[in-house]
Amino acid sequence: MIDVDPSLVNWSRAQFAFTAMYHWIFVPLTLGLSFLCAFFETIYLKTGNEEWKKITRFWMTLFGINFAIGVATGIILEFEFGTNWSNYSWMVGDIFGAPLAIEGLFAFFLEASFFAVMFFGWNRFSKGFHCFSTWMVAIGSNLSAVWILVANGWMQNPVGMAFNAETARFEMQNFAEVVFNPIAVSKFTHTSSSGFVMASAFVLTISCWYLIKKKHVEMAKKSIVVASVFGLVASCFVGFTGDEAAYEVAQKQPMKLAAMEGLYKGERGAGLVAMGIINDTKVPGDVQDSFLFEVKIPAMLSLLANREFGSFVPGIDDLVYGNTEENVMGVNTMIEKGKLALADLAAFKEARRNKTDDVAEAALARFEVNKEFMGYGYLDSPEEAVPPVYIVFNSFHLMAVLGSMFPVIFGAFLFFTLKGTLMETRWLLPIGLFTGLLGLLAQQAGWVTAEVGRQPWAIQGLMPVKVATTNLSVTSVQITFAMFAAVFTLLLIAEISIMLKQIAIGPEEH
Amino acid sequence: MLEMPAKIFGFYRDGFRQMTVGKSLWKIIFIKLFVMFAVLKLFFFPNYLNTNFETDKQRGDYVLEQLTRSAANTNPVNDK
Repeated sequence: MIDVDPSLVNWSRAQFAFTAMYHWIFVPLTLGLSFLCAFFETIYLKTGNEEWKKITRFWMTLFGINFAIGVATGIILEFEFGTNWSNYSWMVGDIFGAPLAIEGLFAFFLEASFFAVMFFGWNRFSKGFHCFSTWMVAIGSNLSAVWILVANGWMQNPVGMAFNAETARFEMQNFAEVVFNPIAVSKFTHTSSSGFVMASAFVLTISCWYLIKKKHVEMAKKSIVVASVFGLVASCFVGFTGDEAAYEVAQKQPMKLAAMEGLYKGERGAGLVAMGIINDTKVPGDVQDSFLFEVKIPAMLSLLANREFGSFVPGIDDLVYGNTEENVMGVNTMIEKGKLALADLAAFKEARRNKTDDVAEAALARFEVNKEFMGYGYLDSPEEAVPPVYIVFNSFHLMAVLGSMFPVIFGAFLFFTLKGTLMETRWLLPIGLFTGLLGLLAQQAGWVTAEVGRQPWAIQGLMPVKVATTNLSVTSVQITFAMFAAVFTLLLIAEISIMLKQIAIGPEEH
Repeated sequence: MLEMPAKIFGFYRDGFRQMTVGKSLWKIIFIKLFVMFAVLKLFFFPNYLNTNFETDKQRGDYVLEQLTRSAANTNPVNDK
């Protein structure tokens, strides 16, 4: 129905995914490391021990390197909105304008002013004001993330708006509803706390490297204690926020949840897959088994999804083809309603062009009836509403497995450090050395779950990705993709080499 | 009156002068911003709607056209 070249959609999609994933290498580290710097400096302020000042300045330098390389990588995403996703960009401008403007103001005024004090203000301001500035940078960085995640949450659960058929824009009706959107709230708490875990894992990795090399041992041990406490608390909190995020997904994006769990046939008392190998040849509606191998925790998915052991969790087949027994509307029905909405929108547009206002008003009234299914009208088949199950299932379970390992790792490090036997516990240090990498993997897997899991939607239920895209030539998108890959690779090499150099120098020179 | 701005200026000036690793980072930031805004944005990422249309009305009409063009190909069960 839509004459958009699918290769264009996929290249635009790949480019956006690549840019977002690159951006996401830096963001969680900034969110968490800013707080760790604040903790280190607060201990310095309380104890007056110069060793803590040295520690603070060392981690602050690594924070600065990460911030400098990561800064503005998110701007590329905004470029892509205007060029590759112009239809989408136009339609959401009114919704995203306020959160992104607030984010810009916060970033500029709060971070930029206190950032200067944090880096230039040692010995020029009182210890108390300097420490306050470090806290403000940490709080400001995390508050900036709120607004970005409000925008992302709205795409996953579009609330507090109305579609204006005259201007083809979603218009903000209720700012509070957009900001306190349950998906946005759970996304922020889950994302920021996972950033704290990532940063703690980063500190653990570098500290373990020092311990293995027997360099800066006291600094490394002190850093490990703080990072382990922060990481342990944050990783336990991530478990709770993850549970809340999954509950919200179950309520608002049941197809995503079904893909996360590889659940094709819905059931009451549905089990949660603890581990499994998903059958990647299975398609909706066929009779193949969903898994080649699986271990399930009985009724746990029902509890997670609906807070009730015996409740019904719809599977992919129920959502695609409908399940009248469980009152689940199928995508085929939604497609019919969506096509009605689009036809009425077209009739409205035509009537406006012909200046027949009464016909236009009548078409608009009919459009209002089915407008919530508008996006489904663009789907060519009900099966198109299913995200890539293999990717979503595996990324979700990778994230969950890694997420459940972190409390154990941080707990072990805290235990042996406080016991004073960390250096003798030789098996633990190599684990710590790889914890940062595992944190990064969990971060990326989380975003893949969230974003691939909501395919085919740019805006849940209202606009599929294929309609959001601009009608550009595939070649131009391929060229810019290659350019990004080159620029980003150079930047990443620059970051890693500068950071490694600073790590090799250690805290003495700061 | 000018004491405060002078102090702030001096604070930033001294801060930048005393930077060590920060100097390399600022170079990277400026190169990055130049590549992003003066090359990528200018030559490869024009805002499609701003470049091709003059008014918001035209932009809205274009997007509406994009949104409804599939409707002509559909055959919905419509009671109108």
